[in-house]
Amino acid sequence: MSTATAPILRIENIYKSFGETHVLTGISLTVQPQEVVVLVGPSGSGKSTLLRCINLLSPPDSGRIWLEEQEITAPGVNPDKVRQRIGMVFQDFNLFNHLTALGNVMIGLTKVRKMSKKEAHDLAMFELERVGLVDRAHHYPAQLSGGQKQRVAIARALGMDPHMMLFDEPTSALDPELTGEVLEVMQQLAREGMTMIVVSHEMGFARQVASRVVFMEGGVVVEEGTPTQMFEQPVHERTRVFLRKIADMDSGGR
Amino acid sequence: MDVVQNLVTTFNFILQGVWVTIGVTLVALSVGLVFGVAMAMARVYGPPFLQAVAAVYSVIVRAVPVVVIIFILFFVIARFVNLSPFWAGSLALGFASGAYQSEIFRGAFQAVPPGQMIAARAIGMSKLQAIQSIILPQAVRLALPAWGNEATLVLKDSTLVFVVGVPEILRRAQQVSARTLEPFMAFSVAMLLYLILTLVTTQVLQWFERRYRLQM
Repeated sequence: MSTATAPILRIENIYKSFGETHVLTGISLTVQPQEVVVLVGPSGSGKSTLLRCINLLSPPDSGRIWLEEQEITAPGVNPDKVRQRIGMVFQDFNLFNHLTALGNVMIGLTKVRKMSKKEAHDLAMFELERVGLVDRAHHYPAQLSGGQKQRVAIARALGMDPHMMLFDEPTSALDPELTGEVLEVMQQLAREGMTMIVVSHEMGFARQVASRVVFMEGGVVVEEGTPTQMFEQPVHERTRVFLRKIADMDSGGR
Repeated sequence: MDVVQNLVTTFNFILQGVWVTIGVTLVALSVGLVFGVAMAMARVYGPPFLQAVAAVYSVIVRAVPVVVIIFILFFVIARFVNLSPFWAGSLALGFASGAYQSEIFRGAFQAVPPGQMIAARAIGMSKLQAIQSIILPQAVRLALPAWGNEATLVLKDSTLVFVVGVPEILRRAQQVSARTLEPFMAFSVAMLLYLILTLVTTQVLQWFERRYRLQM
C-alpha cells in the first residue's frame, strides 16, 4: 500500500459480540481518502455491525479505530463529535417522520452545527438540490417515494459536512426501479471525492464505482481487491461462490 | 315566574364555579403533563435507578384513590407548607394524573420507531438532544388521542376537590340546592355545564389531533 497519504480510517482487530453471538472476530481494514469501499458478504457476516462500530453507534468490545489519525476508540473521545464527521445512510431511511424533507436536513444544522435558521435553510436547500429534490422540500416522508426518502437521507447526512460516509444497504428496501436514482447520487458523490464505505450487493455499482471490494464472512475480511480482481479471479473459493451467487441473483432479478 | 327566576339565580351562581373547575383542570393537567413526561422519559431512557423510581410512582399512585391523595395534601402536607384548598386539590389531582400520563407517554415513547433515535445519534445529536428534538415531538403526537381521554377524565375528577371545599361547579351546585331546595334544577345545571366543557375539550383536542397527525 502506498503511504503517500495517511489513511482516513484505520480499523485494527475489532471484536464485537452480542451475548453469545460473536459478530466481529478480529477484523482489520484501512481506507484511504476518496476511496469507495464496497463491503459484500453473506447476511450475518457482520457488515452492518462493522459500520455501526466505525461511527460508534455500537462501540467495539475490543480493538482500535483511527479516524483521520485520531483514535476514536480511546477513552475520553466524545462519540457525538465523531459521528458528526461520519455520515450514515440506513437501509430503511429513518427519516424523521414529523419533519418535512427540508426539516430533516435542517435539524442537524440548527441543533448540532448550531447554525441560524436562515443559514441552515439555505444550506439544506443546497443539499436537497445536490440530490435533486428541491421540489420536494416541503413534503413529509410519508409523501415521498422510497428512492426520494433515501435521497433526502443522503442530503441530511451531507448537511453535516461529513469527512466520510457509511451506507448500510442503501437500496435493499427499494423497488428495483427506484434503486437507480439513489445509486446515481452515490456515484456523483464518489466522483466528487467523498470517501465511502458501502454495504451493498449492487454488483453494477461495485464494478463501476468501487475502488475496492471487500468480502467479509464470519466477522473477518476473507479477501479484498479491485472489482476486476474480485469478480474475474478471486483467490478464495468462498469469494468466488458468493460473488457468483450474487451475480446470478442480479441478472435474474432484472 | 318563580321557576325562571330560580333557574337564572341557580345558573348564575353555579356558573361562577366554571372558572374554578377550568382552573383546577388546567393546573392538574399541566402538573400531570410535566410529571408524566418526566416519569415516562425516566422509564424508557433513564438509568435503572430512575426507571425503578418512576415505575413505583406509577404503581402506587394509580393504586390509591385520588381523594386520599387530596386529603393527604390538604390535611398533612398543607400543615407544613401554606397551601390553599385550590392548590392542594389541584396539585393532588395533577400528581395522580401524572401517573396515568406517564403510562400514556411511556407507550408513546416506545411507539416511536427505534431507527429515529439511531438516525438522530448518527448525525451527532446527544441522547438528550435526540429525545428533545426527534423523539418527544413524535411521542406527543402519538400520545394525543389517549391524552385527550385523560383530559376529560381529569376534568370530571376535578369534582373531587369539592371534598376540601373548593367552590367549583359541583360544590356550588350543592350549595345552591341546599338553599333553594331544588336539587334537580341545581344538579341538572351542573350536568349541563360539565357536558359543555367536555364537548368543547374533546373538540379542541380533536382539532389538534388532526392538525398534527403523524404519518409513518
